[in-house]
Amino acid sequence: MDTFYTDLLCIGAGLAGERVAVEAASRGFDSICLSIVPPRRSHSSAAQGGMQAALGNACMGEGDCPDVHFADTVKGSDWGCDQEVARLFAETAPIAVREMAHWGIPWNRVVPGTGTFYKGGKEYQKIEKKEKEGFITARDFGGTAKWRTCYTSDGTGHTLLFTMDNQVVKLGVKVHDRVEAVALIHDGQRCFGAVARCLKTGKLRVYLAKATLVATGGYGRLYRETTNAVICDGSGAILALKTGIVPVGNPEAVQFHPTGIVPTSILVTEGCRGDGGTLKDVDGKRFMDTYEPEKQELASRDVVSRWMTHHIREGKGVKSPYGDHLWLDIRHLGERHIKTKLREVDEICREFLGVDPVTQMIPVRPAQHYSMGGVRTNRDGAAYGLDGLFSAGEGACWDMHGLNRLGGNSLAETIVAGRIVGEKVADYLDGCEVTFKTELVRDFVRQEEEIISRLMAGKDGRENVYDVRNAMQDVMMDYVGIFRNATDLRHAVVQLQEIHERAKKVGLRSSSPGANPELALGMRIKGMVRLALCVAYAAEQRTESRGAHAREDYPERNDRDWLKRTLATWKEGDDLPTLNFEPNSQVWEIPPGQRGYGVSKIIPSEDPSVVGNGEASKAQEVPEVCKTPETPETN
Amino acid sequence: MGRQLKFNIFRYNPEDPKSVPHMESFDLEETEAMTLYIALNRLREEQDPSLQFDFMCRAGICGSCAMMINGRPDLACHTKTKNLPDEINLMPLPVFKLIGDLSVDSGTWFRAMNEKVQSWVHTDKPFDPNAEEEPMDNQLAEEIYELERCVECGCCVAACGKANMREDFMGAAAFNRIARFMMDPRDERTGTEYFEVVGNEEGIFGCLGLLGCEDVCPKEIPLQDQLGMLRRKMGWQSIRHLFSRLLPD
Repeated sequence: MDTFYTDLLCIGAGLAGERVAVEAASRGFDSICLSIVPPRRSHSSAAQGGMQAALGNACMGEGDCPDVHFADTVKGSDWGCDQEVARLFAETAPIAVREMAHWGIPWNRVVPGTGTFYKGGKEYQKIEKKEKEGFITARDFGGTAKWRTCYTSDGTGHTLLFTMDNQVVKLGVKVHDRVEAVALIHDGQRCFGAVARCLKTGKLRVYLAKATLVATGGYGRLYRETTNAVICDGSGAILALKTGIVPVGNPEAVQFHPTGIVPTSILVTEGCRGDGGTLKDVDGKRFMDTYEPEKQELASRDVVSRWMTHHIREGKGVKSPYGDHLWLDIRHLGERHIKTKLREVDEICREFLGVDPVTQMIPVRPAQHYSMGGVRTNRDGAAYGLDGLFSAGEGACWDMHGLNRLGGNSLAETIVAGRIVGEKVADYLDGCEVTFKTELVRDFVRQEEEIISRLMAGKDGRENVYDVRNAMQDVMMDYVGIFRNATDLRHAVVQLQEIHERAKKVGLRSSSPGANPELALGMRIKGMVRLALCVAYAAEQRTESRGAHAREDYPERNDRDWLKRTLATWKEGDDLPTLNFEPNSQVWEIPPGQRGYGVSKIIPSEDPSVVGNGEASKAQEVPEVCKTPETPETN
Repeated sequence: MGRQLKFNIFRYNPEDPKSVPHMESFDLEETEAMTLYIALNRLREEQDPSLQFDFMCRAGICGSCAMMINGRPDLACHTKTKNLPDEINLMPLPVFKLIGDLSVDSGTWFRAMNEKVQSWVHTDKPFDPNAEEEPMDNQLAEEIYELERCVECGCCVAACGKANMREDFMGAAAFNRIARFMMDPRDERTGTEYFEVVGNEEGIFGCLGLLGCEDVCPKEIPLQDQLGMLRRKMGWQSIRHLFSRLLPD
């Protein structure tokens, strides 16, 4: 058995994982990153839009500061976040962006003079100041009071990831790519590393570490339609559930995006609708003007997604071999506009669909987009339940997003949390000594060997792993999606429990040694269904609507009963997760109030430590002069 | 009814002593807007679960899925079957070590490349968390980004006559990376330092100028320009070297 020993084991080598490893390595600690793909192919690379940081260089971002960014983040979370974490995040983001510039990011810069921009199909003018020339500029994203999203053209995630991995190479951090962690090694008190499987040779390995970090990204692939990469299957949350101790925070907090293309659900930006694109049905008719006469296509991300789903259910979808969809029509914006202002959309349509958006409509439907939930940690990134275990990025529930994440805050979180948690991990490693028990390691390895041999031999049954996965994804999409209600969620939980039984009976059809992609999924499938059950069951329990969690039967945000975070654990042998709850924030710098977008009725909190004397919320109102015309959220 | 497509796919599992390299054929009915991403996943799920290939983002961003498609290296995720004939031949990329079937170990290759060209900004300036960023002209930032767009898919290496003949040849992706850092004022490396890395037969002087790299780059990076620039600059550097040896200190 190959055994590797290191100070820090990072499971996941996307932006968050690598940023933590870089911090630990620059403090002199040995680090190994595990990644199921070469690190530069991690899903971080797919984030195109940008990262939020209150630099205030662009003229439309003038007067911006961490206070305003903090307020936007709290409102975006629908008061579901941890406000201490959101504060820490907003304060650190500008430093993190500049540090990335120091390491080589070619951030777009301020160009002085007059320029134009589009909002709601109208053209506006802006004048950039001469004294800001060459400083890092920003673009507009939804849900923010200021233009705050720093970017490198349409490839921000890509440049960040390449630049971060350059630091990894520079510092000599080892990356073991195509290695998948399959179980955390722990004694119920402390984490000692992980058992992993090499996806080149198929062999098991052991990694022993003083500190272990889970930075594995989101769980979009629990859903049939998702904008996430094919590897985003929640493996970090699954590792946590497998311990029976470490909780997954707010699993029900799942964000959807209205316009994934059909098939493949690649995201096209909401800028299409911002610029005047319209949604049409099977009859070539618009429908958003009927459902939302005022905002129409420009209603918020969740609202549009919900009405699209509703309209498809009404039989107004367009039939296709990949299921029903609707049309996004941007033809009337004209060739010049599409080829310049919406270049990226034009490219995606032509490259992946063979559709020319200048003359043809684009097939779209809503898709899962982001997982706010994840491995629950404290503000230092230390996971609940096991000493020596940390988590960061989308895979973690740190929790700065609460029940809804703002566009541009996901990339920012990876870099910022990576920086902060990296420091804490290095502090933890300072003087840390561990005793590894060989019998404990042996037991964990044997468990995985047993799982593999049972799957290969079909000892537990002959269920087809792809059928089981598809059944789970269908249930999640159809009953735990954008519209949620007690009937659907109950149905989903019952169905998923049956699928959980089927997942236990999976047997492989192929017995080829080596990587064996069917075995990789076979080893993951039970954990995926359990995580899906966490999402569905927690969504059923949360009897309110907050952020991305929208209950048709409980349309109001219930601050009286639900200023809480779900903590889901799984006891072996159970067929449901155990749910506990904790207050979602200890500090209430901004007491719960109206977000200023979306329609929401609120049942107010009666807790004086939360609402204070009621004056603070007024002080946080954004002054009238700072308000910009409303745009829908972009990716 | 869609077209009946015939896929001839290279099969070999180096981990299986019984496996021998061969081509295997699969039939699949074409559906609307089908890409090789959709087709290969259907083949794996419906016909042969042991079939190995790599996809990650399936959106042309991550560079995972490069393979030889009817003899030409390209990303499978953005290759539409409607632009291909009824019979489609799929082979793994050459040059890179085979993992199995269509999957190759590009991660190890590119990590070694990044180490070799020291793919990071070389600077003695420490980062000051309290200072404003150094200004940069936006035009320059966009020019750097243009070269930074490389996704390390390996198509250029697979299409390179020299890389196919000589294992230690650095390849266009490496030259493009060096060109990117030469353009970046934050990198303090001198011409001599770049010359030590790339001014040799493994490097730019080994390039045969066949430009297969430029033809196949799925991100349409202007590789020809970078190779030309690098050859000129390194050429001058080598003349300087020669002179400095002839001239007394």
